[in-house]
Amino acid sequence: MEKLNGLRCRECGRRYPGAPVHVCEFCFGPLEVDYRYDALKGVVTRESIAAGPPSMWRYKDLLPVDGDVAVGHHVGFTPLIRAQNLADELGCREVWIKNDSVCHPSWSFKDRVVAVAVTKAREFGFDTVACASTGNLANSVAAHAAEGRLKSFIFIPADLEQGKILATLVYNPTLVAVHGTYDEVNRLCSEIADKYRWAFVNVNLRPYYSEGSKTYGFEIVEQLGWRTPAHIIVPCAGGSLITKIWKAIKELKALGLIDGPTATKMYAAQAQGCGPIVTMIKNDTDVLVPVRPSTIAKSLAIGNPADGYYAYKTTKETGGYGEHATDEEIIDGMLLLARTEGIFTETAGGVTVAATRKLIETGVIPRHESIVICITGNGLKTPDALYGRLDAHVKIKPSLSAFDQALADLKSQTA
Amino acid sequence: MPVLVRIPTPLRSITKGQSEVQATGDTVAGLVDDLDRQFPGLRERLVDESGELRRFINIYVNEEDIRFLQSKKTALKDGDQVSIVPAIAGGR
Repeated sequence: MEKLNGLRCRECGRRYPGAPVHVCEFCFGPLEVDYRYDALKGVVTRESIAAGPPSMWRYKDLLPVDGDVAVGHHVGFTPLIRAQNLADELGCREVWIKNDSVCHPSWSFKDRVVAVAVTKAREFGFDTVACASTGNLANSVAAHAAEGRLKSFIFIPADLEQGKILATLVYNPTLVAVHGTYDEVNRLCSEIADKYRWAFVNVNLRPYYSEGSKTYGFEIVEQLGWRTPAHIIVPCAGGSLITKIWKAIKELKALGLIDGPTATKMYAAQAQGCGPIVTMIKNDTDVLVPVRPSTIAKSLAIGNPADGYYAYKTTKETGGYGEHATDEEIIDGMLLLARTEGIFTETAGGVTVAATRKLIETGVIPRHESIVICITGNGLKTPDALYGRLDAHVKIKPSLSAFDQALADLKSQTA
Repeated sequence: MPVLVRIPTPLRSITKGQSEVQATGDTVAGLVDDLDRQFPGLRERLVDESGELRRFINIYVNEEDIRFLQSKKTALKDGDQVSIVPAIAGGR
């Protein structure tokens, strides 16, 4: 089945053959993979998907991979959890957590995009993969490069959390810590990508890479029994994920795989200290004003998001909205999710939970409608954010009387 | 006042394949004028009909995004380095 037409400029529609390029030569718009949906209709069915592996590759027909999957065979198909405890706490009827904090192998949704990008890097014959990253992508590129026996260059802001640096170094990449913000690292990588013939997953392989995010959306729909939720709240950094989840829903609808109307509203969640997309939404303008990030949510600290314009358009097109979360609210969000559902997410997840709570409390999201909260990264990578924020535990001598005393003290404290 | 300008791949068909060129200008706007004199057609690729920088182009003066400076009016001096970079890149 010939399913791909090469690439197409999202802005001016100009066509390009399938190649490691990401920007239209004429208008600088982003290039996107162009599928032959007519050839896919009737071929990609609920049954054909269900017959696939329990991974993101069950949707391979809707991904820009021509040949065999090279790496990341077990990525995706993460749990979609009915979060009734959280729903009760929020005063809502139906809340779901799409939990990519347990995505294999590197504990974030970035494994989805990287599995596609590294597979494409192999198809294009590259021997080196690279990325600019705030951490999760670094972990994932280094891991999949190791699996694919490719060299890797990982560029990160030097002040990243130790956990994320270690969880990259362990795979033995060349890690380049840059003294600057993510946006500066990203700009540098654009220039490096222009000079060295490497597969930069989020630069020259971006059209392919970003398609991997669709699988997060496909899974939400399939796991809900081929229906769409009323509301999806998505953490935004570069702004790609929210646009790709929405694209996933539109693709499944176009292929006739969703029953009934799809009226899902998409919401952007960002930190107060780095929320240029949500600011666009609140001001209702399509002009992005870049910011200098200042937030504990370092994985979302992109002040000049590449897909900011499209993320804004997605919320606008779907009738959704956006919300900021302060650092305090982010911590509260992390603790709320952990306390109610037993899920330890990173700061980005705290942003999403906090933004969801605000959107519900302000009446933007009705309490009786179905809500999916996107949890995209694991809390064990960023324990730094919680140091000093949690109460000390009970310390006792190894004697029953010491424990009896401690328990009595605890009871009197809570009484 | 010569300034070094880094040209991204999509614009090198206009700069005869050069990845770096010398140009002059008191400001970024003046620099764009000079680039267009040297390489006709470059201006319309960088700015739209109303003279605003296109949505998918970022310009940096000495590694700083000009939107954090004075945008098109950002002053240039001898020896500055200017990078023209497609805006679409990155993820996290």
